[in-house]
Amino acid sequence: MASLLSRFCRKLALPGSAHGSRMTSTTACGSETVKSLNLYSAINQALHIALETDPRSYVFGEDVGFGGVFRCTTGLAERFGKNRVFNTPLCEQGIVGFGIGLAAMGNRAVVEIQVADYIYPAFDQIVNEAAKFRYRSGNQFNCGGLTIRAPYGAVGHGGHYHSQSPEAFFCHVPGIKVVIPRSPREAKGLLLSSIRDPNPVVFFEPKWLYRQAVEEVPEHDYMIPLSQAEIIREGSDITLVGWGAQLTVMEQACLDAEKEGISCELIDLKTLLPWDKETVEASVKKTGRLLISHEAPITGGFGAEISATILERCFLKLEAPVSRVCGLDTPFPLVFEPFYMPTKNKASSSSSLSSPSKTHIF
Amino acid sequence: MAIWFSRSRNIVFSLRHNLNLSGILIKRDYSPRPAFTNSQLSSKSVCLDSFTSLRHESTAVEKQLDLVQQSDEEDPQELNFPGGKVGYTSEMKFIPESSSLRVPCYRVLDEDGRIISNSDYIPVSEKLAVRMYEHMATLQVMDHIFYEAQRQGRISFFITAVGEEAINIASAAALSPDDVVLPQYREPGVLLWRGFTLQEFANQCFGNKADRGKGRQMPVHYGSNRHNHFTVSSPIATQLPQAAGVGYSLKMEKKNACAVTFIGDGGTSEGDFHAGLNFAAVLEAPVVFICRNNGWAISTHISEQFRSDGIVVKGQAYGIRSIRVDGNDALAVYSAVRSAREMAVKEQRPVLIEAMTYRVGHHSTSDDSTKYRAADEIQYWKMSRNPVNRFRKWVEDNGWWSEEDESKIRSNARKQILQAIQAAEKWDKPPLTELFSDVYDVKPKNLEEQELGLKELVEKRPQDYPPGFQI
Repeated sequence: MASLLSRFCRKLALPGSAHGSRMTSTTACGSETVKSLNLYSAINQALHIALETDPRSYVFGEDVGFGGVFRCTTGLAERFGKNRVFNTPLCEQGIVGFGIGLAAMGNRAVVEIQVADYIYPAFDQIVNEAAKFRYRSGNQFNCGGLTIRAPYGAVGHGGHYHSQSPEAFFCHVPGIKVVIPRSPREAKGLLLSSIRDPNPVVFFEPKWLYRQAVEEVPEHDYMIPLSQAEIIREGSDITLVGWGAQLTVMEQACLDAEKEGISCELIDLKTLLPWDKETVEASVKKTGRLLISHEAPITGGFGAEISATILERCFLKLEAPVSRVCGLDTPFPLVFEPFYMPTKNKASSSSSLSSPSKTHIF
Repeated sequence: MAIWFSRSRNIVFSLRHNLNLSGILIKRDYSPRPAFTNSQLSSKSVCLDSFTSLRHESTAVEKQLDLVQQSDEEDPQELNFPGGKVGYTSEMKFIPESSSLRVPCYRVLDEDGRIISNSDYIPVSEKLAVRMYEHMATLQVMDHIFYEAQRQGRISFFITAVGEEAINIASAAALSPDDVVLPQYREPGVLLWRGFTLQEFANQCFGNKADRGKGRQMPVHYGSNRHNHFTVSSPIATQLPQAAGVGYSLKMEKKNACAVTFIGDGGTSEGDFHAGLNFAAVLEAPVVFICRNNGWAISTHISEQFRSDGIVVKGQAYGIRSIRVDGNDALAVYSAVRSAREMAVKEQRPVLIEAMTYRVGHHSTSDDSTKYRAADEIQYWKMSRNPVNRFRKWVEDNGWWSEEDESKIRSNARKQILQAIQAAEKWDKPPLTELFSDVYDVKPKNLEEQELGLKELVEKRPQDYPPGFQI
C-alpha cells in the first residue's frame, strides 16, 4: 500500500510515508513547498484556502463546527468565525436548500453532507433546484457557488448506510457536476476547482482514504481542472477506467496483469459529469480493450454510460467486449463486504484482463 | 449565536463533568479500515501503535474543549439539561392537541370596507392606497384575460390568483424593492407591483424570444433579477430553505433588506417547510414567511392537510414570532407585512405570517374545482368576501376613487393586456441554440455535439418540427 501510494506522487521521489499516520515533515521541491498529508488534511487545507481567498464563502453542515466527524473542517470555525463556518440542524434538504439560497446571492457555499448515504433527502433540492437554477431562469440567476461535499464508499465495516457510492444518480442530472478525487493531492486541487467552478458541484470524497492515503501535497493554492481525465499509468494492451478509492485496487490489478505480460493503461476519470470522453476514447482506440471498475452496484452504474459511449465511438477498434468489474446488485452488506467488493482478484479474473481460459463475469 | 453556542457547550461539559457521562457524548467512531490482513497482524505492531496514536489525535480537540471553565450552580428546584434549565412538576399533564381558542385573526377593515375602531394599523396615504387598488384591479383583469387565453388554446397553461389580490398587492406594497422575493406561484401581483410589465408577463406565458426565462418553463413561472424576484419553480416549498439562505446572505452583507417567501397551506406539509423555518430560526436569518392559507391544495381541503390550528401555531414550534391575519383585508396585510419586515431586518430573525383567504379560482387551468367543492361556496367568497371590493369601498369612502377611475383602470388594463398578448403571440420563439445554453455557465462538449446533431436533423426535416425557431 505504501509503495502504491508513492506512485501517486508525481513530483517527489520520496519513499512512501508510514501509512495511517500523519507526518508533519515539510520538504521543498523546487519553488514549491509540500507537506505529507492524508486526505482529510488535504481537504482541510483546500477549505482553509477557499475561505481565505473569498470572504464571501461559507462552510456548513452537521458537526462541521468542531472539525467534522471526519476532521475535514478542523480549525475553520476558529479561524474564520462562526458566522462563516457553522453547524446546521440535522436536515439535509435544509442544508442544501440553504446553500442554494446563499449561492444564488453570489456567495460560495461549501456544504457538507455527513455521509453520502444521507444525501437523498436533499435530492429534490439538488436535482430540481440547484441543477436547473440557471437554466430555468434564463441565466438571470444561478447557484454556481454551491459545492456539496460528501464522504462516499466502502470503509471496511460501513454496511448499508456508511458505504454507498451514489454517484450514478447524480451523473444523470444535467446542470450539476460530479467530481471524485483519488488521493490527497488530487483532492485539494479538485476541491478548489469545484468550489470556484461557476456551477453547482457534488464532490464525493473516498472516506476510506481519509486517513489511509498519505501523499506529498503542495501547500500553495492550486487547482486541478475539471472534466479532464488523467492517464496515471501508461500501457498498450488494455485501458482501465475508474475513480476515487477504486484506483488503488485497479493499480494492484494492473501490477498483477503486468506479471503476465499484459500492459495496462490506467485512467482516473476525476470528473464524472461532464466526463472526458476524448481521453478514454483515444486510449481505447490505442489498446482495443476497456475495463471499467466501480464500487457501486453494476446495474445502472456509471460504468454503463462509459461502456455505451465507448462502444459508440470505438466499436471497430474493440478486440473484446467492454468489461465492468463492479459491486454486486445488492445493498452494501456488512459481513459480506469482502465478497461484495470489486477486488483486484475480480478485476484480474475478468475476461479483459486474463487469458481466455479463466474468464469470469462480475 | 457564538454566545449561545458557548453557553450550551458549557452546560454540556458541566453535565459530563458532574455526571461522568463522557463516554456517551463522544462522536461515532469512524476508525479506518485496517489495511493489513490477519496474517500480517502479528508483524504489524508498529501499525497498531500508529492507530492508537491516531485515536489520541482525534480526541485531542475534545480534550481542549474540556478545559473550558464553567460555573453552573445546581439549583435543586430545576433540572439541568443540555437545552437549558426546565422546571419540574409532579402533575402528569399532557399539553392539549389544540388550545380551546383558535388564534384570532388580525383585521383592520370590516367586510364593508370600514376601519374597525381602535384598530392597530399603519396608515396608508392616498397615493399608496390608490396605487394598491389599481394594481389589485389590474391583477384581476390580467387573471381573467390570461385564463381565457388558455381556454382559447393560445397559451398552454395558467394559474390565477383570484381571491388573493389583497395578499398579492398589499404584501408587495409593504416591502422595499431590495427585499428578495422567493415566490411559490400564486403571487404574480408581487412582480406586477415591482414593475414587471404586462408585456413581460405575456412573453413568459408564450415563451417567446423576449421571455426572460428563454422559453424554458411553463407559463406563470416568472422570474426577474432586476426586480429581486427569484424564478418560480413548480416543486412546492423548495424556496423556503433557500429563503433562509438568502436572508442569511443579506444579514452578512448588512443590507437593509430581508428575504420574503410565500407558500400555500398545502405547501406547509412539505419537509422543506420544516427545514426552511428551522434553519431561518437557528441561523437567525431575516426572512418573512408568508403562508397563504386559502383552504385548498388542488382538491385537498385543509382538514385533510393538517390537524393543527392552521399554520400560525407552527411558528412557535420553531421559535418564530407569528401572526394570523385576514388575508382579504389589504390594510391588515399591509400592516402585518410591513411590521414583520421591520422586525426581520432590525432583529435579524424570521417572522411567520398566516394570511387567511380563499382560492376563488381553480387550482390552475388543468383543474375544475366544481368537481370537489360546492359552487355556492365559490360564489360566496367571490361575491361577499371579495378583497378587491372591500378595499375599493375604503378607498372610495375616503374620496380617493370614483366610478370613472374604475372603468378607466379596467378598460386600460384590458386593452394593454390584449395588446401584450397579441404581440407576444406573434413573436418568434427563442432561437434553437437556447435549448442548449445555460445548462452550465459554458456549454460542455456533449451539448455542443448534441446541438450540432439536432441542427442537422432539423435542417434535413423541418416539417417534423414546429415553426418559429431560428436555427
